[in-house]
Amino acid sequence: MAKQGVVPDALTQPFWDAANEGRLVIQHCHACHRLQHPPASTCQHCGSGDHLAWKEMSGRGTIYNYGVVYDCPVRLLQQDQPFNVAVIMLDEDPGIQMYSHLPGTPVDAVPVGARVTVIFEATANGQKVPEWRVGSEPR
Amino acid sequence: MTPQHPPASIYRTTEGLGLWEHRGKVAAVGVGHSPTARRWDGKPETCVGAWSILALRRAIADAGVSPDQIDGLVLDPVTTTGAYWAAGDPVPLDVVNAFQPTSDPLDGIAKLSAEWIVQNMPELTNIQFVMYGPRCMSHAIVVAAQAVGAGLTHTCLVLKSWHNFEGRYYQGGANAQDAIDGTSAISRLWGTPASYGTAVQFAEYCRKYGKTHDMMAPFISNSRRNGLLFPEGYWAQHRPEPLTTEDYLAARWIAKPANLFDNDIPIMVSAAYLFTTPERARDMRQKPVYILNHASSRAAPRSLTPTLDEVEAETAKTGRKLYEGAGITAADLSFENMYDGFTLFHQFHLEGLGYRGMKFGEALDFYQTDISITGPNPVSPSGGNIGSGRSRFWMHTDCIQQLQGRAGARQITGVKPEIAVSGGPMPLGGNFTVWSATPA
Repeated sequence: MAKQGVVPDALTQPFWDAANEGRLVIQHCHACHRLQHPPASTCQHCGSGDHLAWKEMSGRGTIYNYGVVYDCPVRLLQQDQPFNVAVIMLDEDPGIQMYSHLPGTPVDAVPVGARVTVIFEATANGQKVPEWRVGSEPR
Repeated sequence: MTPQHPPASIYRTTEGLGLWEHRGKVAAVGVGHSPTARRWDGKPETCVGAWSILALRRAIADAGVSPDQIDGLVLDPVTTTGAYWAAGDPVPLDVVNAFQPTSDPLDGIAKLSAEWIVQNMPELTNIQFVMYGPRCMSHAIVVAAQAVGAGLTHTCLVLKSWHNFEGRYYQGGANAQDAIDGTSAISRLWGTPASYGTAVQFAEYCRKYGKTHDMMAPFISNSRRNGLLFPEGYWAQHRPEPLTTEDYLAARWIAKPANLFDNDIPIMVSAAYLFTTPERARDMRQKPVYILNHASSRAAPRSLTPTLDEVEAETAKTGRKLYEGAGITAADLSFENMYDGFTLFHQFHLEGLGYRGMKFGEALDFYQTDISITGPNPVSPSGGNIGSGRSRFWMHTDCIQQLQGRAGARQITGVKPEIAVSGGPMPLGGNFTVWSATPA
């Protein structure tokens, strides 16, 4: 699927750089020992702005649940309708979510609760983005 | 008169605050609505500013006060339903010049400042207090209730208005671009429509409790039926068509399991209420409806979208806060008018309230029973956004009118209207009000 390109900004540059290197990183607060996603300039739990760093994840998770998008507001994706959008819970912390189109999984045949593994796909401008495939082993 | 943004101290966001200090000391008396339209037709007399003035004047007349008695105004300056004035599009000067403009030519067309209202309602000669209530009427009500209770204003207009222009909903701007910024991309690259998050919560709800989407059909039909009895609403005015179970089940998907009728239709409309003190209300034309409490949710999801667990925890907390501050229990509710735009979260609100003893996972079974305005367990007698179009205020108007006994053909008959609750929008992040026919 042809996702929109991504223009990294100051806040998210490390996340996108890591994706281009085939690594999944998530913000981590060393003050309260919590992950947070989406990224922010301060810890949303303890408020610290000085203890945030990027931590590499295993790239494994579980499908929480999903919806099937039939009426997409994003122009570039409309040609691919309908498509799955699943919510992925990371192994390191199930409270941390990522979205996925679940490439390789038929529309509306998403195995809720299944194990998934991160992959990296290029967007319209070449920037890579974390995506997820059903299965527990990297491909 | 510089409009203020409400301070955080006015919101009742936590448990343990006890009875609301102004319980029964604020009354809603007057109600005024504009007509509705699907989209603006470009005429001065139907712009969002003109319809706001119309709604305000109707509320004043309904309450039976003279305009110079009004000393407060609470409104939301943002009026978009998701439609924005495209950059570079010429400003319609015939519309601008039909009114007393402010420095922003789109004021009264694609937004609404307090300054624009006051300049174009010269009869409001005594406005001393102006405050914004952002996002929806639910928020403006909380702000106005607290202001009247605290004596910052004694006769206050509360306004919420919506504009809608040509074009598909939310399909312009960044969504039409080939690339987006990195922060937005974290959540927006996957192309989810507005109802997606609720759809996922509903999918998880069905998985957890063994329910199905078609169990929503009685709620949808009931909402449209009630909406068609709301003469101020969009469907009653423009498309007086019932919505059957078959219609609902055949509707196209938007973000499955949310279909077209699980989403509310964006419209243009304005509504205004007149709030005052019980003492002043005695001399007004309509029966006062008292506010027993307001409560707000300021919870945020841990990550991208709220989980079912987060939703259930927050709606239950909202219910406890509402009852604590009002000094009531769930058993005291005559009816409920919680928010429904999107339909698939209305049951979260109901279950959080424990409406009619309901527990988590039971609302869809409850929908299979008599939830009509003639039965003992009315659900959304206003019809909500689904019954009358996206305004986020039909629920409040209906609470006021039901408790005043002037809801017309929509008047509930299976239960005596004494205490009701309304509010929203979302289970996480909303403002809620307890209304009563008596002050205590």
